[in-house]
Amino acid sequence: MFENQPLQTLLLGRLSWDAIPFHEPILLGTFIMVALGGLAVFALITRFRLWGPLWRDWVTSIDHKRIGVMYMVLGIVMLLRGFADALMMRAQQAMSFGDNAGFLPPHHYDQVFTAHGVIMIFFVAMPIVTGLMNYIVPLQIGARDVAFPFLNNFSFWMTTFGAVLVMASLFVGEFARTGWLAYPPLSGILSSPDVGVDYYIWSLQIAGVGTLLSGVNLIATIVKMRAPGMGLMKMPVFTWTALCTNVLIVAAFPVLTAVLVLLSLDRYLGTNFFGNDLGGNPMMYVNMIWIWGHPEVYILILPCFGVYSEIVSTFCGKRLFGYTSMVYATVVITILSYLVWLHHFFTMGSGASVNSFFGITTMIISIPTGAKIFNWLFTMYRGRIRFEVPMLWTIGFMITFVIGGMTGVLLAVPPADFVLHNSLFLIAHFHNVIIGGVVFAAFAAINFWFPKAFGYKLDSFWGKCSFWFWFIGFYFAFMPLYVLGLMGVTRRLSHFDDPSLQIWFQIAAFGGFLIALGIASFLIQLVVSYQRREQLRDLTGDPWGARTLEWSTSSPPPDYNFAFTPVVFDNDAWADMKKHGYERPLSGFTDIHMPKNTSAGFIISAICALMGFALIWHMWPLAALSFVAMLVAVIKHTFNYHRDYYIPATEVAEVEAARTRQLNTLSPTHV
Amino acid sequence: MSTHQNNHQHDHHHDSHDHGSLKSYLTGFILSVILTAIPFWLVMGKVLPSASTTALVVLGLGAVQIVVHMVYFLHMNTRSEGGWSMLALIFTSTLVVITLAGSLWVMFHLNHNMMPPSSHEMRNLP
Amino acid sequence: MSNAHATPLAGVSRTSADYFVTEHHPENGTLLGFWLYLMSDCLVFACLFATYAVLGRSYAAGPSGADLFDLPLVALNTSLLLLSSITYGFAMLEMQKNRLNNTLGWLVLTGLLGAGFIGLELTEFAHLIAEGAGPQRSAFLSSFFTLVGTHGLHVSFGIVWLVVLMLQLKQHGFTEANRRRLQCLSMFWHFLDVVWIGVFSFVYLMGTLP
Repeated sequence: MFENQPLQTLLLGRLSWDAIPFHEPILLGTFIMVALGGLAVFALITRFRLWGPLWRDWVTSIDHKRIGVMYMVLGIVMLLRGFADALMMRAQQAMSFGDNAGFLPPHHYDQVFTAHGVIMIFFVAMPIVTGLMNYIVPLQIGARDVAFPFLNNFSFWMTTFGAVLVMASLFVGEFARTGWLAYPPLSGILSSPDVGVDYYIWSLQIAGVGTLLSGVNLIATIVKMRAPGMGLMKMPVFTWTALCTNVLIVAAFPVLTAVLVLLSLDRYLGTNFFGNDLGGNPMMYVNMIWIWGHPEVYILILPCFGVYSEIVSTFCGKRLFGYTSMVYATVVITILSYLVWLHHFFTMGSGASVNSFFGITTMIISIPTGAKIFNWLFTMYRGRIRFEVPMLWTIGFMITFVIGGMTGVLLAVPPADFVLHNSLFLIAHFHNVIIGGVVFAAFAAINFWFPKAFGYKLDSFWGKCSFWFWFIGFYFAFMPLYVLGLMGVTRRLSHFDDPSLQIWFQIAAFGGFLIALGIASFLIQLVVSYQRREQLRDLTGDPWGARTLEWSTSSPPPDYNFAFTPVVFDNDAWADMKKHGYERPLSGFTDIHMPKNTSAGFIISAICALMGFALIWHMWPLAALSFVAMLVAVIKHTFNYHRDYYIPATEVAEVEAARTRQLNTLSPTHV
Repeated sequence: MSTHQNNHQHDHHHDSHDHGSLKSYLTGFILSVILTAIPFWLVMGKVLPSASTTALVVLGLGAVQIVVHMVYFLHMNTRSEGGWSMLALIFTSTLVVITLAGSLWVMFHLNHNMMPPSSHEMRNLP
Repeated sequence: MSNAHATPLAGVSRTSADYFVTEHHPENGTLLGFWLYLMSDCLVFACLFATYAVLGRSYAAGPSGADLFDLPLVALNTSLLLLSSITYGFAMLEMQKNRLNNTLGWLVLTGLLGAGFIGLELTEFAHLIAEGAGPQRSAFLSSFFTLVGTHGLHVSFGIVWLVVLMLQLKQHGFTEANRRRLQCLSMFWHFLDVVWIGVFSFVYLMGTLP
């Protein structure tokens, strides 16, 4: 590019035109589609003059509701990318037998399964779970926002820019080929000298900072900002699960940060943590990454348990059965999740005594979850069950997750795991619990809380289509993998020689196709619901007859959430208010103290992403410069002492009056 | 209104946060000096015959000094933040212990079983 | 609007007015939030300590702690850091008495002691690297440099924060926000001294023992 080679290396590191996959037809095709799609989106935004509103109302927003929605959008967009990877794997494995090499050579297949795992865990499941907690928790506790609204914005953009780096790896350079946890020595500098593992490291470090700060934020929110009268044992169950989840986040993500730092020191500075020579020990990486990794899966599932609790009690018209035991079960799971991590590497050779200890703790941790299932069932018993779409997802979860949980207990037995470790049985197990637990909860939650966020319900016909395609598709896609795993088939293979296996892979591919229809139905549901929004409009703020405080607000809630902070006397605070014939106050409003929007979060995150990109490509001057720029931007932000404003009482009165008019269209004396 | 809020929040402040006094800082400092001097003396002077005893004493005194810092410098008590500071500290310490002890236990076993045999062991294979 | 719809439950009668308050100031969460962040930082250090614990005797036929560690220097460094903790404590006492200039004075002293600590540590590192005992030499040295270096980086960030905060104190004085910031930095600074206790005990002193 430059005539002076040393100058080019200095400025551009190892970046060159070779990094762009001109000779890879699939990638090139994808790039063209993405570029055209991106241009179309840009054109539409420009045509409808939405850049201003986008920047002012969304990018710089510190409103937990907006940030929550943005997290969900990120998760859903990345779901499409992660699912595309899944379809490619299913297609490859269904066809690649004997002489047929399929269409994905191992070099690519390995990136596909690595990206699939990284994206699904870090950029689909985490954002969705974080988005739900962000949106719902402040409303459920009667607060106006989270404890640290600016930090909330910053956390979101860090996560997003982490995703941007992963997506960039598709078109500039390559991604890691190591599997989603990047074990050394394969991920070390000798075996993976290219940029793939570096993309992995920096996107996770950046996103990880965002997640950690989000954890601190939500714990402080729940501890400090609950409405008067809402003691810990009067909090909604979802808020309890959010509290425990964020405790896990604060306690687990530092471990991931530390381990990835050590890996990057090995790669960048030639240290000897995880190599095989000069005293290194790759097993230490596996040990530490799973000390993070096991709490991580509980971070994913606990909020989902909270989602199901809210949905079950709402759609059975009853208080949740066994609130106290639900809380204790959640806390016990939180603590125990730190005592099971070795079950991820029984076969690494720690021996009988160590394996037995962790096998037993793993079996013990299934017990509180079992207690939760019984509590949900007892809530349903003699309830007046309404089979709305969220309830369908919940019932689907109960069946599916129990099966997945049982296979997990099976794997908890070390001798069984010796046969099944890293087989397709394992893959089937964790997809069973993650899809049945997390993905189903995502759709249940979206269908449940969408009317709160946007003012109209989602179309239930397409919602049911989506559910049934997902539910049936899941079983077709993953039950064959249990069979294959028991037959001895290993994970992460892109080619097979035994033709008797093929039928199972073809069934699984069919399942993948059904799930694709499920996702398509969901997207159609979003479009159709928007088109039918007036028919689906929710004017009450409480379309489901629900039980917690978020349903006492309008749909969508005003910026300030509550004109007056509610006072809580009992669990299911909103149900209690309705029972006592609560009527909204219509006067006496005061000025409301609110945090200002800020661009600092977006800017600092963008600089971090730039620094990550520079470090990946060894563009040292740019890396140093962006590091300094980041420090300057952070310090500059700390000099901003004017971060708040007041919504005048008159404006509050207007907003509340508008809501009163809206409610009066339903019935003259409706609350 | 803002000064009212300043004073209001300042009052809250004193309720839940211990600030320490000259006496407590000096006490903490003196204790820390003693608890630092002893381990250094034990190691540099090779005072105790047994290395493992020395190690235990060093670690033990270190643990005590950490508590001294927590109490006298960080004003750790059960009332701070309604007890949440202490709870967070206990939880974190538990996890630190699990991480350290667990890693050592696991890695010791892994190394014992999986690291390459020494030349002595190789020669004595059946 | 009458409360004709209010149906009192047995013994419990509440009106709509019971269900809200007109003035509510949630407690500020900054100090708790910062404490929680410190707990997460504790766990980062725990991982680095665990790594040092596992790899700390893997000398790869290279130099060991006993060969390399200059305990008098470490003792000096420890004193500097401990002294900086007490000077910060004095700064906090002056803050409570609303004496801005005295506070700034003690903060300057804290910063200088911290800079002295970093300076000595950098010379120690430079010396080790010059002797061929850099982080690339063995797993022991990798974990040593990473653990001690991470602590040093934290202290360095603390010094930058200290300088920035001093500027902000001069600008705005003892506002609520600045008091909170001083308290957060106080927690941070003392926490780093706590970690250093672990470092000098576990790394330097125990690393010197056979």
